[in-house]
Amino acid sequence: MAEAPIDFRTSPEHYRHWKLALEGGVAYLTMDVNEEGGLKPGYKLKLNSYDLGVDIELADAVQRLRFEHPEIGAVVIRSQRDRVFCSGANINMLGLSSHDHKVNFCKFTNETRLAIEDASHHSGQRYICSINGIAAGGGYELALACEEILLADDGNSAVSLPELPLLAVLPGTGGLTRLVDKRLVRRDHADFFCTTAEGLRGKRAREWRLVDRLVPPSKLAEETKKIAEETAARSARPKNAKGITLPRVDRQIDGDTIRYAHLTVEIDRGQRAARLRIMGPCAAPPADAAAIQTQGTAFWPLALARDLDDAMMHLRLNETEIGTWVLQSQGDGALVEAYDALLAREASNWLVKEIVLYWKRSLKRLDVSSRSLIALVEPGSCFTGTLLEIVLAADRSYMLDGAVEGSNLPAAMLRLTPMNFGAYPMGNGLTRLATRFLYDPGHVDELRKETGKPLDAEAADAAGLVTFTPDDIDWDDEVRLAIEERAGFSPDGLIGMEANLRFAGPETMETKIFARLSAWQNWIFQRPNATGPEGALKLYGTGKQSKYDRKRA
Amino acid sequence: MAIDYSQLIPNNVDLSSDRRLQRALENWQPRFLDWWKDMGPDGTSAFDVYLRTAVSTDSNGWANFGYVKMPEYRWGIFLADRDPDRQIAYGDNKGKPVWQDVPGELRSTLRRLIVTQGDTEPASVEQQRLLGRTAPSLYDLRNLFQVNVEEGRHLWAMVYLLHAYFGRDGREEAEEMLVRHSGDPDKPRILGAFNEATPDWLSFFMFTYFTDRDGKYQLASLAESGFDPLARSCRFMLTEEAHHMFVGETGVGRILQRTCELMKEHKTEDVRSVGGIDLATMQKYLNFHFSVSLDLFGQEASTNAANYYTQGVKGRFLETRIDDDHVLANATYEIDTAADGHIVKKTVPALSALNERLRQDYIEDCAKGVLRWNKTIERAGIDFEIKLPHRAFNRRIGTFAGMRISPDGRVLSEADWTANEGRWLPTDTDRAYVTSLMGPAVTQPGKYAHWIAPPARGINNQAADFEYVRFN
Repeated sequence: MAEAPIDFRTSPEHYRHWKLALEGGVAYLTMDVNEEGGLKPGYKLKLNSYDLGVDIELADAVQRLRFEHPEIGAVVIRSQRDRVFCSGANINMLGLSSHDHKVNFCKFTNETRLAIEDASHHSGQRYICSINGIAAGGGYELALACEEILLADDGNSAVSLPELPLLAVLPGTGGLTRLVDKRLVRRDHADFFCTTAEGLRGKRAREWRLVDRLVPPSKLAEETKKIAEETAARSARPKNAKGITLPRVDRQIDGDTIRYAHLTVEIDRGQRAARLRIMGPCAAPPADAAAIQTQGTAFWPLALARDLDDAMMHLRLNETEIGTWVLQSQGDGALVEAYDALLAREASNWLVKEIVLYWKRSLKRLDVSSRSLIALVEPGSCFTGTLLEIVLAADRSYMLDGAVEGSNLPAAMLRLTPMNFGAYPMGNGLTRLATRFLYDPGHVDELRKETGKPLDAEAADAAGLVTFTPDDIDWDDEVRLAIEERAGFSPDGLIGMEANLRFAGPETMETKIFARLSAWQNWIFQRPNATGPEGALKLYGTGKQSKYDRKRA
Repeated sequence: MAIDYSQLIPNNVDLSSDRRLQRALENWQPRFLDWWKDMGPDGTSAFDVYLRTAVSTDSNGWANFGYVKMPEYRWGIFLADRDPDRQIAYGDNKGKPVWQDVPGELRSTLRRLIVTQGDTEPASVEQQRLLGRTAPSLYDLRNLFQVNVEEGRHLWAMVYLLHAYFGRDGREEAEEMLVRHSGDPDKPRILGAFNEATPDWLSFFMFTYFTDRDGKYQLASLAESGFDPLARSCRFMLTEEAHHMFVGETGVGRILQRTCELMKEHKTEDVRSVGGIDLATMQKYLNFHFSVSLDLFGQEASTNAANYYTQGVKGRFLETRIDDDHVLANATYEIDTAADGHIVKKTVPALSALNERLRQDYIEDCAKGVLRWNKTIERAGIDFEIKLPHRAFNRRIGTFAGMRISPDGRVLSEADWTANEGRWLPTDTDRAYVTSLMGPAVTQPGKYAHWIAPPARGINNQAADFEYVRFN
């Protein structure tokens, strides 16, 4: 790595672009992007435009509010800048970025927007957007991720998606999809809106459902506060509970090894693969929700989720040539089962709810990481319940049949827990099991009966939970070949193929957002009309006019 | 009801046979008159004012003088004569015939430019609406009203373009221009400088000299537009804008002249003690208005300006007289810019520096009037020189925004700035003093307030005691 790796770990005292303020049940997330604070050199973050660094802070704030502030029931996103809300992703940054950085950037910002919606829908932290000026492109998309949009009615403040007319690309954070699928904007209205660079304001913006309320600018702060306070009052979050603080995730990077408390990552550059070895719990779970609260981030499921999440983000952004993630675990499946039982028992507790939702999001992050995922279920592993989801998320899984000669590790076993049957839906809205067995929905009900039983390789194979079950004689070769074969294919082809196969079943807003981003946007990003020497994205800011290849493909 | 449009609305755009335009204006005109009554010059509806009205674009038609009640002023629609062979002079479309209709892909760009320009016109009328109460003479009062009705006509010119070429969106934008008001916290005017108050006549003269001159340069670059109706509109507006700057230049000049007279007459430097406006205060007002007006040119490096140029929408000042390729693909331009807290020269692509170039043209033009003002001071034998401050002084927009820079271009610490700000920009005390001079309007023909000299000659060569405004 020539450049310093991008670090996703931050906290409010280190924010450069956002201010987080709490007033009663309302949190105010105020955007005030530091022009000089770009993640990389070469561009200025003017007019509250953002790069990955800005979004890392936003994602951190969204996450912290959930865990650290049970008393917060509404979150306001607003701008510090006069007459500018947010002008979206910084164009010069995009122009300077490699394709993979652009895609990674878009993916992460999409995950942040979805995390915002997840908080609104499932955590009782409803997001409200207060637009005091221009909300362009990604700025309006940020608003779209909120549940309610207030727009200053000053004849100037406008919302817009100018990507197509100005840059010959598409909005990269779900803007088009959310317009028609979330806000139910009529397609003809959306068509006009998305081809009008300056966007819409005032009455028409509201009539066309682009915003929810128009407020005179002098009343905007007051009206926002009022709505936010009413929203917070309606929230089911416990007003008197105490949050848990999220300290910095601890990790040591030592050459090609990254050590977390509950996870070790070993990078094999020859095989272009990273082995992610997950460590199961060392001790029995605490008694109840109160005890979980006491443990805080040391509580194993939460600690592991944080380790895993950080590792995935790190590998995605900083290890782009490591195309295969080999997923392994070690530990006591019975203990994992006990933790799952605790999570299920205390499901109504706000903190437990947050931990389960966090696992849901982290597993989805795994689903969309555009890496080949190969799970290895070996003797001494603990792929039970929540951890079994990792095996189910893999493109392919290998389970060692029986014990290994000369080793005293117990034979590999898989175990289903109630957490496999609804707690962790994929982006398509189905569980990984339901997605896996679309051909026989009844099979999932059959599997329910297997809950809690240790399944050896033969049983797991029969249940359809693993792909191959070599014995100890074949194991090393089979696994090596699978990984090496993977490394030989075209990364682009693999990403496309894997994504096509992973998300069977129904479309949701979320699957559409990712699928269309990776299909349409990535295609358009590569086309000369956008990024060729005379393409619109390339020439933006130079004053030169793009020349389009007029053929419709 | 049949309306005689050519009588009511003097025009050279064939209004009487354009039904679409008639329909649009029928709707808009009453709203404009309501706006004029509510937001135009305060309490002036019954005045008969000796105004110039343009009734055609030829040399006889554009300057018709006579007494008019302002709400009955015939705001006309005039475009400079059409040159059938006119070509786009610059950018990617250089050499192609100019557009008589809006090209689809430039629709929103052109609309935005026209709206931004148009919005400034009623804004300044609103800013100046109370000045009539403290006019230093009938001559000045009449000039104020002339400026006001012409700003109104400029609004008409832009509204005409919106109505004639931009369909429903254009009509909505035209209405919005009457809904936004200068300084209204809920519906402010688009550009910052047009939301500031014009509280006194010194400010008014400075505004017409400096801020209307920005208008001149914006209009001049729009007069180069490939969209011919816009170019022709702006060309005609420029003839009127020249009068506004004349009001500003002579206004400031007459105050300076009076100040010098008072200094000599009373043999004192302390002009305030004898009821004049001291030279230091004049300099401070100039510093303020000049720097605020510089901001109107926008960012030093501007993508929008570059796009406008390449697209053929907005050219440079006197584009066709510039000796270069008029494409600027590889040309460079040297600008002053801020780097690590210093002001440095930097060579940048000429296309992105078009705002700065226009600002430079403007600064040079501003300097000419300053020379004439200094002649007045010099002739009086007083050792004082009015100076334009450095372009980086007191800026709110662009690379120097937020920096502390002295009028002579030195980067200062916050402490240095705070210690000296009152020497460079009008203080509350200065403003209070200038306000204190603004007595009740001087309404006797031929009389002038104590702090300003009479003009060298009357409007339309009228006698010194001509009754420019009849109050009825």
